[in-house]
Amino acid sequence: MQAVTNDVFKALADPTRRAIFERLARDGEQTVHALTDRAGVSQPAVSKHLGILKHAKLVRDRREGRETHYSAQPQALAPMLDWMSLYGAFWRERFDQLENLLKRMDK
Amino acid sequence: MTNTAPTRTLVVERELPHSPEKVWHALTQSSLMEEWLMKNDFQPVVGHRFNFRATPVPNWNGVIDGEVLVVEPNSRLAYSWGSMGLESVVTWTLTPTKGGTHVRMEQSGFRAEEDANYKGARYGWTKFIGDLERVVGRLD
Repeated sequence: MQAVTNDVFKALADPTRRAIFERLARDGEQTVHALTDRAGVSQPAVSKHLGILKHAKLVRDRREGRETHYSAQPQALAPMLDWMSLYGAFWRERFDQLENLLKRMDK
Repeated sequence: MTNTAPTRTLVVERELPHSPEKVWHALTQSSLMEEWLMKNDFQPVVGHRFNFRATPVPNWNGVIDGEVLVVEPNSRLAYSWGSMGLESVVTWTLTPTKGGTHVRMEQSGFRAEEDANYKGARYGWTKFIGDLERVVGRLD
């Protein structure tokens, strides 16, 4: 479960990938071409992002003729949607900020 | 962590090279809390009701409701933490050590059954944690 969470976190850590995933989740299945037109990056870059999303099982692909169609698999977010894993990440980050603040208070 | 209880507890702890008094200050002074945690109108007074306010994101208004439950200067602080259906309690315990302070944060009240209802909202919250890049850096 931890490994799966890491894949999902990593896949969504990149803003371009997050945008692609959100577009698929919102607008439904789309081809690489359609995604490229709106992603603001090259087609190879979009394909690479889709590969990472697919590895994290956030998207699924379907070949039709010469086009590959991608659709979102929002259920892959489930491991991230667990409150405890979310808050675990949240507090670890806040602890870092607390430590930085305490260091600054010395000055 | 208890698995037998109906609720689950998250524990994050760390040893900090600073005195308990100083850590207490950072944990309880509103302006300092804002620097490492969130905007707030916190006061270290039992019974005081306050809010943490984060930048709103889609599906979440960024507000966390709290009430101060325990104030034992330089050693223990607890407040409720309610947001999007999560009713939890955050308890801080400071223990002096040779080199500084052992800081333990315990958040209790996670229910296994609160599940699908908040998924949309939680995705919004995920974005709030959002500095995902940094979080991810630590996952490796």
